[in-house]
Amino acid sequence: MTEMNDMEPKRLIGAVARGASAREGMPSIVIDVLNFALTLEYLEAEFYTRGIGTSGLIPSDMFPSFDQIRKHEVAHVQFLESVLGARAVAKPTFDFTAGGGSGNGPFADVFRNVQTFAALAQTFEDTGVRAYKGQAANLLGHNAALGPALKIHSVEARHASQVRRMRHQKGWITGSSRGDLPAATQGTYRGEGNTFQFILAQPDSNRNAQTEAFDEPLTKGQVLEIVKPFLAGGR
Amino acid sequence: MDHGPRAPLGIDKANISSSMLGSAWGNSSRREFLTLAAKGAAAVGLTTTISGCVLAAAGHRELDFRDDFGALNYAYALETLEADFYEKVCASPPNDLHPGELQVLQDIRDHEVAHRRFFKRALQVLRAKLPARQFPGIDFSSRRGVLTAARDFEDLGVAAYNGAGPRVQLAEFLTIAGKIVSVEARHAAAIRDLLNPGSRDFAGDDVVDAMGMDRALDPGAVLAQTQKYFAEPFRVHGI
Repeated sequence: MTEMNDMEPKRLIGAVARGASAREGMPSIVIDVLNFALTLEYLEAEFYTRGIGTSGLIPSDMFPSFDQIRKHEVAHVQFLESVLGARAVAKPTFDFTAGGGSGNGPFADVFRNVQTFAALAQTFEDTGVRAYKGQAANLLGHNAALGPALKIHSVEARHASQVRRMRHQKGWITGSSRGDLPAATQGTYRGEGNTFQFILAQPDSNRNAQTEAFDEPLTKGQVLEIVKPFLAGGR
Repeated sequence: MDHGPRAPLGIDKANISSSMLGSAWGNSSRREFLTLAAKGAAAVGLTTTISGCVLAAAGHRELDFRDDFGALNYAYALETLEADFYEKVCASPPNDLHPGELQVLQDIRDHEVAHRRFFKRALQVLRAKLPARQFPGIDFSSRRGVLTAARDFEDLGVAAYNGAGPRVQLAEFLTIAGKIVSVEARHAAAIRDLLNPGSRDFAGDDVVDAMGMDRALDPGAVLAQTQKYFAEPFRVHGI
């Protein structure tokens, strides 16, 4: 794996930069999608970096999982920043209590209570999966950006599964259920219970499995609505 | 995109009868499928007609990646392999499974069965005939044998979708692949965590690189790895 870890980043960044930056510059649709992704990755990377850095927050049995996730989210930020260069959006100021900058939102104890931290981690990961999925079609034909986006998308899904299972939930989403999460997170699960795939209504039998078997996309607008309370000045 | 004159010429409805499409399709969804099929064919500039594709694809152990139906049939083959595997596992589970593990395997079986059924219904007459499945070298009698095989199938499935995604021409097909691949990745993480609980393995450095990216494999590489599970090789074109 040493070779992969040493060589892959440079090669990938180069490939994306060459492919996406035509002479006239990167297509604006690609810039928009990558900056949207970068905003979410900023959120996740800072969230896990702060969590891991808060002494006494994360118990030893959860530490390897959250630290691995942190490592990936930080790498995603670095990758997207490298690709976008000067066109990268600035990192927003976050309020992880979901207080829109007040620091006193519904998740006020996010860095004091690991249950709150893990609950937010689940919503960020499940949202991230749906957000990337919703943008894939916008990258159609822009393979230098689509390829890496798909490879990040499935890593977010691995994270989501792990966080859910650490929280004693199934690794997959049943219907549009947020499970034991507070009502404030319902936007992350809206529409997940869809059973109409491609142009086919799925059979009625085993409806739970039908919905679990297909993760659903979110639009950019839906994602920004979910993220808004976590941005300073967001409400 | 300029679909040119081929799109309208590409549909020969006389050659796709209701009976060929089967009862799963209402009239309106049949029309939608034909429209989408025509868009897909036109997008890659096929000179053949849709009915030509039907003749080429139906009843053959053939994967033709020159249009989206090759990728869809490829996904159908992999989902069938996974569904068959989990059906076999759950029909006679190893008796050293830990508490709760059978439920995870049964959930995954149900998902893979749903995926297999989805592709089967979506492809209809364009569906390739699959060689019989077989599972040499897998120890179905032990927990470790089953879970390591499951891990390998799930990791490979993720890499296969990630590798095939950029080949897809039609947005609708890319989206449906996206809806499925993330569920495969959820499976992969769950199985990996059963094998080494609480570790970093759910998204370990053996599958996720220093950029935080999963693997992507071309169809050729995936089919080489799965060949032993099919009684006969596929005839593959366009890769």
